[in-house]
Amino acid sequence: MSASAAHLLPRKAPAYRTLQVAIGIGAFAYLVYLLWLFDLVRVFTGLPKLWIIVRLMVDWSQFAQWDHAELIRSMIETVAMAFLGTFLAVIIALPLGFLGARNIVPNRVFRFLTRRIFDGCRGLDQFIWALVFVRAVGLGPIAGILAIMVAETGVLSKLFAEAIENIDTKQIDGIRSTGASRIAELRYGVVPQILPVMISQALYSIESNSREATILGLVGAGGIGLRLSERIQINAWDQVAYVIVLILITVALIDTLSRWLRLRLIGASAQ
Amino acid sequence: MATADPAWQLFEQRFGALRRAKRTETILIFVILVLLFLVSAVWTDFSPSRILEGVPKIGEYFAKLFSIQPSQNSPPIAVLSLPHLLGGVKEPQSIAYWFYRFNVYARLLWQTIQMAILATVLGYCTAFAMSFPAARNLTANRYVGFVTRRLLEFMRTIPQVVLAFILVWPYGIGPLAGVVAIAIHTTGTLGKLFSELNENADLRPVEGVRASGGSWLAQMRYGVVPQMLPGFMSYGLLRFEINVRSSTIIGFVGAGGIGSELKRVIGFNIYEEVSAICILILLIVVVIDLLSERVRHRLIGALG
Repeated sequence: MSASAAHLLPRKAPAYRTLQVAIGIGAFAYLVYLLWLFDLVRVFTGLPKLWIIVRLMVDWSQFAQWDHAELIRSMIETVAMAFLGTFLAVIIALPLGFLGARNIVPNRVFRFLTRRIFDGCRGLDQFIWALVFVRAVGLGPIAGILAIMVAETGVLSKLFAEAIENIDTKQIDGIRSTGASRIAELRYGVVPQILPVMISQALYSIESNSREATILGLVGAGGIGLRLSERIQINAWDQVAYVIVLILITVALIDTLSRWLRLRLIGASAQ
Repeated sequence: MATADPAWQLFEQRFGALRRAKRTETILIFVILVLLFLVSAVWTDFSPSRILEGVPKIGEYFAKLFSIQPSQNSPPIAVLSLPHLLGGVKEPQSIAYWFYRFNVYARLLWQTIQMAILATVLGYCTAFAMSFPAARNLTANRYVGFVTRRLLEFMRTIPQVVLAFILVWPYGIGPLAGVVAIAIHTTGTLGKLFSELNENADLRPVEGVRASGGSWLAQMRYGVVPQMLPGFMSYGLLRFEINVRSSTIIGFVGAGGIGSELKRVIGFNIYEEVSAICILILLIVVVIDLLSERVRHRLIGALG
């Protein structure tokens, strides 16, 4: 019975099936080509060398002689860079967010231009901005702060603008009906609605930027990255492992702190 | 009179107290923020004067970009005009002059994208395999689950540029170290996202497969994978967009792609090539974002 009914079931058209198989084979062939192109077999032949590095990394017998004060200072510098960069970005992004929001600035051309500027800031990675600013203001944490500021301004402005576009207009109508000025409308009608979004976004940015800031030092933009790159270049693998552990601990601490702050400031409802 | 009413007075009193408390809190938060700002500024040597020192150099960059110096000691001439910008390769500071090494850039950009593709595919596959033992509701053994989750956490917390820098030692300078570094990071992030998706899976199909005597592998393959595939694909594409960005910078530590070229021209202060490469990176990132967004929306629309 089942054998006789099988031909009644709808079947996929053979042409469609062939196309699917062809695409599958093509994708697989491309993947094999990529594996060959990047010579991925070397991943396994390089393992003995990697093993040597790993063995050197876990040997912490020289622990007492490392320059702990300098490393801790650089770590604090990294966090300070992330905080300052994000803080400045929030200050700049606040007015820009209003300028980029459809319901505040109805002019289409103006909004298009501001949005493209945000995209330009966001499109280039923080790392590239850091390189540019190292050229402009010299080596040191200031280049890192400016890089974080520019890249983060693009991200936050876009998010703020979207938050402002999604607000409830009834509150603004209420304020307007009392005869309030335009500024008062923004202050009492818009700001209270977007404040929780902004606080949680800013805290999240500080978190992610302290991760990002750890690598900015690799191009000379201050912080722990510079110490890390020095130690990689002289093959001090034990200290490299120590610095990475320091980074992991710091990032975990900041994550915990920011989660606690978020709960305190905007309550459990925002979680 | 309303003011004489004791209930009203009580209200006024309590309302005033609440407002004062709120105001003190706001001022306190503000003071703490300003203090933190000042401490960080002192610690990092951040002052407006240092910034202002740098501003002329940014101006100088654009001045050099749009001017030519006919001979060694003559003053530069500004050349910002449309006919000049559209001039040939021989004309200094025209668009064709900026991009005179376009064939090299194009090859490096193509390599960058291929690095991102391979790293995403490799990371996707390992994350896919690890997400089933890592999910709390599906794992066959509690300890295996715990170890897998910690491993994934470790993979995504190490910054990938640092990882690439370290991997350049065993694997040599070239794209391989970059691919491996990005693939490891992708495994960490996608593995977490996938296992979270798995934890929300509907367990009834799994029970069905188990009831018919399927092994753990069969339970995953026929019970979980079919309901999760659209989500997996969507996250994978999103990760691909991020990986394109990452692979543009991973060359700074010698791990292949356009980043190494950008580092070289920045080191040599070749202004026009810096701008040319930055524009190309920006373009490629935007184009890939748009394409991938399109595919993702179609995927979600077709399957969900």
